[in-house]
Amino acid sequence: MSTTRTTARTHWVAIRAMLLFTLVLGVAYTTVVTVIGQVALPAQANGSLERSGDEVVGSALIGQSFADASGEPLPEWFQPRPSAAGDGYDGGASSGSNQGPENADLIAAIEERKAQVAAFDGVDEADVPADALTASASGLDPHISPEYALQQVARVAGERGLPESEVRELVESRIQARDLGYLGEPTVNVLQLNLALSELG
Amino acid sequence: MAVLFAVLQAATLALILALVYRPLGDYMARLYTSDRDWRFERSLYRLIGVDPRSEQSWPAYLRGVLAFSVVGVLFVYVLQRAQAVLPYSLGLPAVPEGLSFNTAASFVANTNWQSYSPELTMGYTVQLAGLAVQNFVSAAVGIAVAVALVRGFARRGSGTIGNFWVDLFRGSFRLLLPLSVIGAIVLMIGGVVQNVNGFTEITTLAGNSQSLPGGPVASQEVIKLLGTNGGGFFNVNSAHPFENPTAWTSLFQNVLMLAIPFALPRTFGRMVGSNKQGYAILAVMATLYVVSLAALSALEAGGNGTAPELAGGALEGKEARFGIFGSTLFGTTSTLTSTGAVNSMHDSFTAIGGMMPMLNMMLGEVAPGGVGSGLYGMLVLAIIAVFIAGLLVGRTPEYLGKKIGPREIKLASLYILVTPTLVLVGTALSFAIPAIRADVESVSIWNPGIHGMSEVLYAFTSASNNNGSAFAGLTANTPWFNTALGVAMLLGRFIPIVLVLALAGSLAAQDRVPATAGTLPTHRPQFVGLLVGVTVIVTALTYFPVLTLGPLAEGLN
Repeated sequence: MSTTRTTARTHWVAIRAMLLFTLVLGVAYTTVVTVIGQVALPAQANGSLERSGDEVVGSALIGQSFADASGEPLPEWFQPRPSAAGDGYDGGASSGSNQGPENADLIAAIEERKAQVAAFDGVDEADVPADALTASASGLDPHISPEYALQQVARVAGERGLPESEVRELVESRIQARDLGYLGEPTVNVLQLNLALSELG
Repeated sequence: MAVLFAVLQAATLALILALVYRPLGDYMARLYTSDRDWRFERSLYRLIGVDPRSEQSWPAYLRGVLAFSVVGVLFVYVLQRAQAVLPYSLGLPAVPEGLSFNTAASFVANTNWQSYSPELTMGYTVQLAGLAVQNFVSAAVGIAVAVALVRGFARRGSGTIGNFWVDLFRGSFRLLLPLSVIGAIVLMIGGVVQNVNGFTEITTLAGNSQSLPGGPVASQEVIKLLGTNGGGFFNVNSAHPFENPTAWTSLFQNVLMLAIPFALPRTFGRMVGSNKQGYAILAVMATLYVVSLAALSALEAGGNGTAPELAGGALEGKEARFGIFGSTLFGTTSTLTSTGAVNSMHDSFTAIGGMMPMLNMMLGEVAPGGVGSGLYGMLVLAIIAVFIAGLLVGRTPEYLGKKIGPREIKLASLYILVTPTLVLVGTALSFAIPAIRADVESVSIWNPGIHGMSEVLYAFTSASNNNGSAFAGLTANTPWFNTALGVAMLLGRFIPIVLVLALAGSLAAQDRVPATAGTLPTHRPQFVGLLVGVTVIVTALTYFPVLTLGPLAEGLN
């Protein structure tokens, strides 16, 4: 009897503690952090949005597709990496391909991409960098490697009737160095590059 | 050049952790030994009906842990089932029963295995009132149990090991909460979102439509890492740019995961009255960590396998901003702690590279392990190590002045048997029961062939060790996996806790035996080497056969 009573009492304590934690660590804590974010860091807290004129055209942190309605890449834009999020860069369904190193579908996909990208950019298949051939972890990777960006210069310049040197300069000015000089990898943000490109004309 | 950058990044992490070791370790030691309650705490104790000055025997302490955890499971379960009527649910329906059970078990057991895709399943209220709360309290429970075991070593002839409710409250309010507020601000500066905007539809530069997610992410992100929980706000976890936007936030996330587990040896040393004992445990943890990190990094940079070689690098499932080393560093940290967060897709690692996260978990997550669970796991292995040393020289083993007798060694042995049993039986049953095998092969497994078996092995390894990472191609939202993994998570969490608290009680009751010339010194390199050896051998002997069926077979093919 006394064991039952002790057990019941312990559970009653546990229930009250859980309610308390829910209020403090769930509701109050989240509210405080949200207020701090919205007041002190509104740009970041709301998704680091990028605008073209007054229109929001995306987030600097979330990659987006530069393809037409049928999924064909548009040659006048710099292209991002392949994406496994939904039909590609679906912001509501982040995902990697999760295909293993010996997966036949992945091997076939890499071969196909290699041929497609090489033909699209007018380069040798052997020169296509790895990030152009592989889907990212999130499917929303906003970046490509500087090598892949530079590879696309001739195609984009040709499509837009811009001098190649001008587009190349633009890309080079958009290469983000490693954080602090040594963390991570150098990258180019595709949306920001294409925004700058659209301002060139 | 790449190697130099990798070494610099690892060195930066090591430097930060070294700077944190003493202040954080000492702070925790004071926190869990002080008999002064803050005023607001006293009123909270009154509110829940607890006398903070009363000490508990180990069964009473355990009763608190279990009652609190049962209530936690029910709470998270009910919240998910009621999602349709909760505010800020983004119009999402109630979570189905099987998935609700799995998720409730997962978050209470500090595992954070996710059978679901959060964007499509969990509204903001369930995330913050259910999941984020468990991120705090399951971590505080883990640290409490570790501290109780340390008290067992520190006390003499004592019938009690502390007060669970006091340990729980102090861990939550004095340790995790303040650090989380600071960490959340740092993450927001880096670009992690924190809003209640739901999904925003936009028209992209090329004229397509895209829906951008929102959510109270930073507040949940920080405790997900600090409490070594690992459940992402988004499907792809810390690979999502809104959870982990830059290379430096990724390094900061490593710091969050490692800070408490690597500082707890200091707390331990402090509480048993010898900082050297803490350094010895730290040395074991650090050695295993460095070796494991180097191995995974070399394997991924090597990029062996058909697909990586064809692509010119193992970049499938990795983000451009982190690169290979930013991914292997995070993967190592996440699986050597009990976090299980990912910033790259382990399923797409090279074959033998993909074995490393599994091996890290199979070590028992002790280098440095989850918050609390890493320390108590390592102390149990230390007991095994002094026992083996005692057998070699024919003396009664002692550790920190406590005799390791039959009762202690039985509890320690049972402890190290729990997770291997769950992992191997769970994996075997998935293929041994015909109806389940058919379902596993046709519905759950994503990658064909040997790699598919590795997905199942990874799942049970992750669940039983309370890690939560996955070979995420596996579709785990099925009746079999929701049930089996849910049970594995609960047993993998709470059976060890029962054994550790029993051990704490039995050690606390003993007097201290004075050290003699024949006592094995447990603060010297010799013991560090012995303990590293015991940890590796116990794991290797247990799991080598099953690893040859999975990643080794794939990688050596």
